[in-house]
Amino acid sequence: MVPISYHLVLSGVLFTIGVMGVLLRRNTIIIFMAIELMLNAVNLSFVALARHLGSLDGQLIVFFVMAVAAAEAAVGLAIILLVFRGRETVNADELNLLRW
Amino acid sequence: MEHSHAALATVHAVSYLRFIVLFPLLGVLFNIFAGPRVGRRAINLVSPGVVLLSFFFSFAALLQLPPGGALVDTVYTWITAGRLQVDFALRVDPLSATMILIVTGVGFLIHVYSTGYMAHDEDVARYFAYLNLFTASMLLLVLGDNLLLLFVGWEGVGLCSYLLIGFWYTDDEKASAGKKAFIVNRIGDAGFLLGIFLLFWSLGAKGVWTLSFAEIQTHAGLLAVETVTVICLLLFVGATGKSAQIPLYVWLPDAMAGPTPVSALIHAATMVTAGIYMIARLHFLYSMAPTALAVVAIVGALTAFFAATIALVQTDIKRVLAYSTVSQLGYMFLGLGVGAYSAGVFHLMTHAFFKALLFLGAGSVIHAMSDEQDIRRMGGLKTKMPITYGTFLVACLAIAGFPGLSGFFSKDLILEETVASPHGSVVLWLIGTLTAGLTAFYMFRLLFVTFWGETRAPHEVAHHIHESPTVMTMPLVLLAVLSFIGGYFTLVPFLAPVFGGHHPAHVSALVKYLPTVAGLAGIGLAYQMYVRDPAMAERVAQRYAAVYRLLLNKYYVDELYDRFVVQPVVAASQWLWRVWDTVIIDGTVNGTAQTVAANGLLLRLWQTGNVQVYALSFLLGAMVILGYYLW
Repeated sequence: MVPISYHLVLSGVLFTIGVMGVLLRRNTIIIFMAIELMLNAVNLSFVALARHLGSLDGQLIVFFVMAVAAAEAAVGLAIILLVFRGRETVNADELNLLRW
Repeated sequence: MEHSHAALATVHAVSYLRFIVLFPLLGVLFNIFAGPRVGRRAINLVSPGVVLLSFFFSFAALLQLPPGGALVDTVYTWITAGRLQVDFALRVDPLSATMILIVTGVGFLIHVYSTGYMAHDEDVARYFAYLNLFTASMLLLVLGDNLLLLFVGWEGVGLCSYLLIGFWYTDDEKASAGKKAFIVNRIGDAGFLLGIFLLFWSLGAKGVWTLSFAEIQTHAGLLAVETVTVICLLLFVGATGKSAQIPLYVWLPDAMAGPTPVSALIHAATMVTAGIYMIARLHFLYSMAPTALAVVAIVGALTAFFAATIALVQTDIKRVLAYSTVSQLGYMFLGLGVGAYSAGVFHLMTHAFFKALLFLGAGSVIHAMSDEQDIRRMGGLKTKMPITYGTFLVACLAIAGFPGLSGFFSKDLILEETVASPHGSVVLWLIGTLTAGLTAFYMFRLLFVTFWGETRAPHEVAHHIHESPTVMTMPLVLLAVLSFIGGYFTLVPFLAPVFGGHHPAHVSALVKYLPTVAGLAGIGLAYQMYVRDPAMAERVAQRYAAVYRLLLNKYYVDELYDRFVVQPVVAASQWLWRVWDTVIIDGTVNGTAQTVAANGLLLRLWQTGNVQVYALSFLLGAMVILGYYLW
């Protein structure tokens, strides 16, 4: 059996990759995907800990997270689509109107 | 003893005293709201009429006054706070009966005279509104049975004096004279208020929360002598303001800027008598504090002398009379200060008669001379204005203490008491006697220069000189009669229930007759200097040029006050405005706003608009919080 630490390290690595993706990539769609990666990294640790602790609570939360992520993906992609229609770009560097 | 008098006296409850105050107030309302529409005739009828009604009611009150007792009209309970209850109550006892008869009687004559004097003025409704309000305030002042009502009237006359002195407000100088009167009175009022507070508080500390005169009198014995002395001195500060004594007399000579009948009202019947009345009303406190009494007497004697010397050389007819008022008020305070309260009030009454007469006579002269006030351009009015001259002569004889006239009795009584009273002193008597001589001199100088000799008026003015209309001469004649016989009113025994038993003073013949001799000598000297040898006045003025200039410039008191009081206050106010207000207060408020704005300028650089920078902030923040908990 794979020890719990392996799952958690994998989860941490995936989360960090997601964070780096969000912070460093400029394409909003990639950023969006990186956010999904972060969510799934957390899901992985939930599932792993649920199994390790013999409790269903973690798995239950994962379902919630997946449901919310699906809704978020729909809304997020719609926003990106609308932004693209208006600005002809999805580059985060150029979407900088929210400033002083 | 004296203290038990008020407590044991018969007090009758009545309900008509309120009308004495109410009638002039109705006159005020009439003049304000209907006056501008109803025309001059109605105003001339109503304004003196309401005062006459008050006079009738005052006279009725006098007739119904129980011997040695009082009438009280409790209108309603004005203030209830804890154990303090202040009634809106009016009280007539011999003292206030004297005062309301003077105020309404002399006031009525002045109102009648005003209808003639102001016949050519545009703003006659406003004038009579103020005049009626003045009368109402003064009546409230003397009728109020507690210190609070007295204070309301006290402030009312202060306000009305300001309004009336500055009546012709388009003239800058007259408007400033009004302000001067108001501000100087305000300074006195500050002391007066502190006195009331201290009295109220120190009686309260003994468990007696009251402002009513009768109760204060009953419980005054609870107070320590030192406390009473301080209270009396503070109240006296108020009296020096209202009644124009050193050091606050400076407003009264300027108060002649108003219409002349107003000067008569302020100087004779109302306003300046308020301070005398207040001390007479609270005589039981002053009797407890010999130090305060001595201060009152000394200030009174000095003011009497000091103002009389200024009056010697003034050339404005009203200014001479104004300083004479200050001087005569000094006599009254001298009387009060030696404990001869009834003598002081007696002189108040006779002075009200002859000073009102003098001012109204001066008004008649000014009216005839086309608003000329300088006596150097008068002269020779004796034949052209016989009634004015005759009545003026009676007033001059009365104020000079000519035997048989009113001033003779009251002034001599004060001077006799000054020697005889345990609070008196020969020095004060000497000052008073000297002043009596000066008074006679400057009054007859005024009379001779104004009415005798050849006219010195320019031709076009001289041509116009005429006797005043009957509506103006009638009050003069009535006041002349009062000035003549006023001395025979037996006021001293009448006032005895208020001030306690009076023992006739036994003094030597020298003390008794010297003031009269001084007065006659003053008249004689004036006759010598201004009738027999008119050049003599000039020679004396040149011989003693320094003294003459000092007196002519009123001892430079106005200049000294300007230098040492007015200018420092103005400078301090300028500093408060330019430094404290503009720099410090405005600086604090604006500085706060500017600091916030500057910080905002710096912090908003953080808002780059790049969403990934924001995300980095989240991350860093999350890591800091996490780090804090994991550490």
